[in-house]
Amino acid sequence: MELKFILESLLFSAQKPMSVKELRDVFATAAEAEDADAPVKSLKKVKDDDVTAALETLAREHETAARSYRLVCVAGSWQFVTQPEFAPWLKALVGVKARPSRLSQPALETLAIIAYRQPITRAEVEQIRGVNIDGTMQTLLERGLVESVGRAEVVGRPQIYSTTTLFLEYFGLRGLEDLPAADELRRIVVEKPPAPVTVDPGLATAPPEQLALAETEAQVTGQESPQ
Amino acid sequence: MAEYKVQFEVFEGPLDLLLYLIKQEEVDIYEVNLTRLATQFIAHIDLMREFDLEIAGEFLVMASTLMYIKSRELLPLDQQVVVEGEDEGEDPRWELIRQLVEYKKFKDAAAKLQVREGEQENIFPRLPCKMEFTSAAPAAKPDVSIFDLLNAVNIVLQRFARRDESSREIYEDKWTVSEKIEYVMSVLTSRGSVRFAELFENASSRTEVICTFLALLELIRLKQLACTQPEAFEEIEIRKAVAAGVPPAVEGGILPPGNPLEPSEGLKISASSPPGATPGSTADETSAATDTRQS
Repeated sequence: MELKFILESLLFSAQKPMSVKELRDVFATAAEAEDADAPVKSLKKVKDDDVTAALETLAREHETAARSYRLVCVAGSWQFVTQPEFAPWLKALVGVKARPSRLSQPALETLAIIAYRQPITRAEVEQIRGVNIDGTMQTLLERGLVESVGRAEVVGRPQIYSTTTLFLEYFGLRGLEDLPAADELRRIVVEKPPAPVTVDPGLATAPPEQLALAETEAQVTGQESPQ
Repeated sequence: MAEYKVQFEVFEGPLDLLLYLIKQEEVDIYEVNLTRLATQFIAHIDLMREFDLEIAGEFLVMASTLMYIKSRELLPLDQQVVVEGEDEGEDPRWELIRQLVEYKKFKDAAAKLQVREGEQENIFPRLPCKMEFTSAAPAAKPDVSIFDLLNAVNIVLQRFARRDESSREIYEDKWTVSEKIEYVMSVLTSRGSVRFAELFENASSRTEVICTFLALLELIRLKQLACTQPEAFEEIEIRKAVAAGVPPAVEGGILPPGNPLEPSEGLKISASSPPGATPGSTADETSAATDTRQS
């Protein structure tokens, strides 16, 4: 029997999202049953990687089949969920999901910075956003979307913050690497443009097109600075 | 005029305002004409100062940075003062752009998160209802009926039956069901599972066996224990019930949930007369136990 179909049946009947470890525990328990036959026993020590790979294959197959539901991994646990476009009927069936009110724009910005740059101090977030974030941090902490994970070894030993598992669940993310444009935003390296803009000597005011840094865009996105 | 103020409150900070101005210009962030931007910015600040002094304070640093950039730009390159200690490469304009780009990217990321947030409201997980058939302990071993248990305890009791024939002694009531409940639970806590006969190995009298057996029955009734028999006529195995956390149905004379080691008054009553589950054939044992406890 193919591993992916066993996993599919497990996730189909599971009453909660299942992590790879929990799924492996199921395999181990099944193999210990006295009437377990060879195929069941052979999966006793199935590897993490194999389970993950099978789940990913399964998820792709469901996606290709374009069913009304799909297999997703949220915060490391796998489950079947419906496609968003069927929400109107599902809301009628099971009622509107009990979710806290949506986050405000400032809260989302603060959360985004923490998510991409964690662990991060409050001051660093404020530096990026250019404003005081006491209020929004309070909201995020109360909502359990971020948490203090210790103190930075710098002057004043400020608290450092990270996002929580609830954050991943709230946004339906598999992990931090699943954040939109994660590779780019986790650490932004903005290159300095190579040559300073020059103005003609003797001109009191530089012509606007030279001030406009017209050349810098290509250089910023690409090559390293020769300086 | 009041409308203006409302518009200002949209901005969270100077960076936000700068981004807004850049968007108004509809230009790429890297191609910003900072001189014009600075002029606009300062004009905005002037307006803002008229309406809300407190907000304006936050913008002062940004305004002065822009002023500095602007003044520098106005000078021909060869006349620009190179401040001592300042790295030649430290173009304040570049620093500002870097900061703006970074901020804009996070703003975009926040927008994407917002989309996901809305999307999540429309995604429903598959949550099957609780299975009706609860999985019986690890393996699907057949459960033990009350008769199996009675047979087993009869075998144990035969050990004493012969001895008791020869000499009759009057024992003091040394054992209680609640003590035995504690004993059974402690054995199971330390060992996980125990064979039926093992529970009675140290029993020194018929009374003790019966007390232990009643303790066993009581614990089974409270769903604290599960008994299984791998195969017919094999040794009965006793282990803690899988769903030990499930509080037993609260009806007359039942232990408080999760506190099986503190038998209540009610327990003694129910232990001496196990309810309904006890078929007629057990009446002897039951009354025997009642007798021993009262003698």
